[in-house]
Amino acid sequence: MNIEVHDVTLRYDRTVAVDGMTFRLEGPGIFGLLGRNGSGKSSLLSLLAAFRRPNSGEVLINGMPVFENPAATSQVCLIRESPDTVEHGWPANKVRDALELASKTRPNWDSAYSDRLVEAFRLPLTIPVTALSKGQRGALGVTLGLAARAPITLFDESYLGMDAPSRYAFYDELLSELIDHPRMFVVSTHLIEEVSRLLQEVVIIDQGRLVMHDEKEALEARGATVIGPALEVDRVTAGLEILGERSLGSTKSVAVYGDLDPEMLLSAKEAGLEVGALPLQDLFVHLTARSTE
Amino acid sequence: MFDDRSPIYRQIAERIEADVLTGELGPDEQIMSTNQYASFYRINPATAAKAFAELVDEGILYKRRGIGMFVSPDAREKLRKEHRARFFSDVVDPMVAEARAIGVDLDDVITHIRKAQEEEK
Repeated sequence: MNIEVHDVTLRYDRTVAVDGMTFRLEGPGIFGLLGRNGSGKSSLLSLLAAFRRPNSGEVLINGMPVFENPAATSQVCLIRESPDTVEHGWPANKVRDALELASKTRPNWDSAYSDRLVEAFRLPLTIPVTALSKGQRGALGVTLGLAARAPITLFDESYLGMDAPSRYAFYDELLSELIDHPRMFVVSTHLIEEVSRLLQEVVIIDQGRLVMHDEKEALEARGATVIGPALEVDRVTAGLEILGERSLGSTKSVAVYGDLDPEMLLSAKEAGLEVGALPLQDLFVHLTARSTE
Repeated sequence: MFDDRSPIYRQIAERIEADVLTGELGPDEQIMSTNQYASFYRINPATAAKAFAELVDEGILYKRRGIGMFVSPDAREKLRKEHRARFFSDVVDPMVAEARAIGVDLDDVITHIRKAQEEEK
């Protein structure tokens, strides 16, 4: 299973939401789509799910153009912040009805699994979808997305309104689903710290453009933090791109970016400096702050 | 030996190495699957697979196609040798530095070690 995005552009009036983006994801796996607010995450996901048609370029799902192509769209399940289900104008608009609708429209729907999720997330079945709290709407979205067992499932920040225990239950479900029913999950988020362990690859976008796409570990290896006596820290980080530095008396902490020379790392360790990985979140902040300058 | 700043797959590899060193994991013993490690550590299975790949490269584990990962017969000896080679720089030197920093007399350290040695006999 795979997603291919070929030079895709999406405009709303004069705003360019997605600007000539090209990348390819090959599953199964959990993929992170990271971007600041308004960076184009939701627009990109709506293109992947064929909710929108690009102005130019093409999105392929398993090699098939996705727009107005049921063979491709049936492979994809996009869960947005609004669960896109029985809501306005439906005669039967309760949570139970939303699950019923999904069971009829989703080819791989697993009712037993959906029941388990409803219980785990404590979803009230007889409440209208519009009357749910933000967290409950998130939980309903997550339930609809997971139990659909679509080969390609896209979660657009749908779970962000959920409380911490529910979010962690969701992360556990993502992993066990990936293991027991291997498929592709694309998760857009700005809660990077929480999900970074789950991610296999990371796509970072900013202002509608692709900033970075790589394996998570490869990304993390591109930066480092070096802590120790200021003189020594300056010596080993000379010539490197400095993302940020802080001083505490004679101790200095420097975050560096770039392919790090193993010999430099070794000499830093021998000089008694602490060398650590740069958290994905810090890297993200750096990469997306730079492009707004 | 655990460094929480090192990548998670390195931490997993070190955990397995530690189990091999203590004999918790014996020669030709099968280790848990990547999926079991992934669930336990709540990480992507691809990340767990990296830890295993690293250990296979180092000759600590070997793979039986379709069955799983096993501890190499000479894994323990290999690790003991490597750790012995690094013992003074990784363990003793930092201990001496710490003793100096906090004002513990090195003679007291030596006496302590002698006592451990006598108890062994």
